[in-house]
Amino acid sequence: MRIGLRTGGALAIQATDLTLAYQQQPVLWDVDLEVPQGVLMAIVGPNGAGKTTLLRAVLGLLKPAAGEVLVFGQPYADQRRRVAYVPQRGSVDWDFPTTALDIVTMGTYGGLGWVRRPGTSERTRAAAALAQVGMESYADRQISQLSGGQQQRIFLARALVQDADVYLMDEPFQGVDATTERAIVELLRALRADGKTVVAVHHDLQTVTEYFDEVTLLNVRRIAGGPVDRVFTEENLRLTYGGRVAGIGGRAVGNDLEPSS
Amino acid sequence: MIDVLSGLFVDHTLRTVALGSATLGIVSGALGAFAVLRRQALLGDAMSHAALPGVALAFLLTGSRAPLVLMLGAAIAGWLAAAAIVGVVRTSRVKVDSAMALTLSVFFGAGLVVLTFIQRQPAAGKAGLDKFLFGQAAAMLESDVITMVAVGAVGLFGLLALWKEFKLLSFDPDFAATLGMPTRRVDILLTSLLVIAIVVGLKTVGVVLMSAMVVAPGAAARQWTNRLGVMVTLSACFGAAAGVLGALLSTTAETSTGPTIVLVATGLVVVSLLFAPARGLVWVRMRAWRSRRMLALEAVIADLASLAAQHGSNATHPHDIGALNAVRGRAVVERALTELAADGLARQHDTGGWSLTPRGLAEADRLARSRRAPGVAR
Repeated sequence: MRIGLRTGGALAIQATDLTLAYQQQPVLWDVDLEVPQGVLMAIVGPNGAGKTTLLRAVLGLLKPAAGEVLVFGQPYADQRRRVAYVPQRGSVDWDFPTTALDIVTMGTYGGLGWVRRPGTSERTRAAAALAQVGMESYADRQISQLSGGQQQRIFLARALVQDADVYLMDEPFQGVDATTERAIVELLRALRADGKTVVAVHHDLQTVTEYFDEVTLLNVRRIAGGPVDRVFTEENLRLTYGGRVAGIGGRAVGNDLEPSS
Repeated sequence: MIDVLSGLFVDHTLRTVALGSATLGIVSGALGAFAVLRRQALLGDAMSHAALPGVALAFLLTGSRAPLVLMLGAAIAGWLAAAAIVGVVRTSRVKVDSAMALTLSVFFGAGLVVLTFIQRQPAAGKAGLDKFLFGQAAAMLESDVITMVAVGAVGLFGLLALWKEFKLLSFDPDFAATLGMPTRRVDILLTSLLVIAIVVGLKTVGVVLMSAMVVAPGAAARQWTNRLGVMVTLSACFGAAAGVLGALLSTTAETSTGPTIVLVATGLVVVSLLFAPARGLVWVRMRAWRSRRMLALEAVIADLASLAAQHGSNATHPHDIGALNAVRGRAVVERALTELAADGLARQHDTGGWSLTPRGLAEADRLARSRRAPGVAR
């Protein structure tokens, strides 16, 4: 189904000089984002640092004042089908009258085109994705009756159905239970093993080194970016959080001074 | 009412009225369900009020009272109002609720001005335009119904054709955009279909109350189901029921049609809010009350069991009710004890004191263990 050659060494995502402002207030200032293929990357920064904005700008949901985004070396608009998106769980109304399976099936809509309805094959794929996140027995459950962690896994399953090469996730670990957190981590590793690339906005500084290979530290500007062991240092964190991180001996302890948004 | 129903089959006018009202109810119910889910109820209100100058101007410019001409005028005005609201919100700091109120009153005011102007003209055939305010079913002609069915069919067809797109847009517009859907155009399309739903019912229900026909069936239908398809179908049925019942009632009782239809629709909403299974307020309250009562029973059993434990060998030794009252209110304890006695779990001794029966003790044991078990959801 996928056309075109895989552009060998190209970065999965390469955003250059992204600048974006609401009214006069800059939210992103001249930000570069380079995501190599096949890595798990965390985007980390304080509240209001523009993490979500960066993700949305990469996805074309927000129009930057300047800058461009390349996906595997080509403009995002031509590579849409290779990118999957997991929005913040709180961004939708979970009282919408539909089932878990139906939400996951939405991941197939991109390949269906106008008017055509999803059929058996789409629903089978959706059911398989549900099973991948351990939610197969909840297929017919009304989505408002799911716990927060289960709703998050539904969103992940919807992205899995898209069968993309790059997964952009906005705080996948936000407010989930321990079971879901473990399930998500395993899923991320499985994706990496398949050669997929994952970029996730992440809040919990304590788990960055454990869960991710690469990290981009962001606070309106890009502070630093690269492999976790090189970039995720106390010094860089202090630069990112403006000295508000009480980092001790290279181990960041910032979770409690970073109230979840 | 029986006369009216039997009249349906013989009386031509009644049949026309019923058919037209059913059509408007189905269309506004089905499309209104999406407006409810997208929180666009107020937008519907603004658009229906804003349709008035469209109707009046269409008559003034063409001199025709053909239903299609007036509907077209109404649709254009309603559509412009929606565009005006979006425009004001985008280009200024005025918030959406203010923008809607502003647009609604400006358009509605303009409509009233044009309408009074028309009323003072000697021109023929002006009669009946003022009915667009509160609606009149009795004035419905066959040509009206034919136009309503045709226009309504366009709206329903559009809804069915782009069902998947509209569902995705309503649930998660950002995700839709990342799939490459031109969300703004789809949004405009869905809003345009809502305009269609509004203009179809305008002459029967009137601009003032038409929004209720958009919102009420959807709000009622949401109570009964957790499936979008079922909700939209049910909403269409509720709309049809309210339309037909209200129109016939108003024709026989000679009341204004719009208000009568809306009252019937509101009745459906009230019943649904109170009695729909799962979401109905009555059942929700009852479940809460029942679980409170169960907790009280369990608590009293636990209290009696712990008193019994202090007595060691004689587990069924009676205890004064005062010993239990110390922790909970007397009324709660007495009611709980009576119920436990009825279930054979506790008994009152001749002395007036209470104790658990052997079965009650077993039950207390079971409860205590299920509570201690980790991870047991209760």
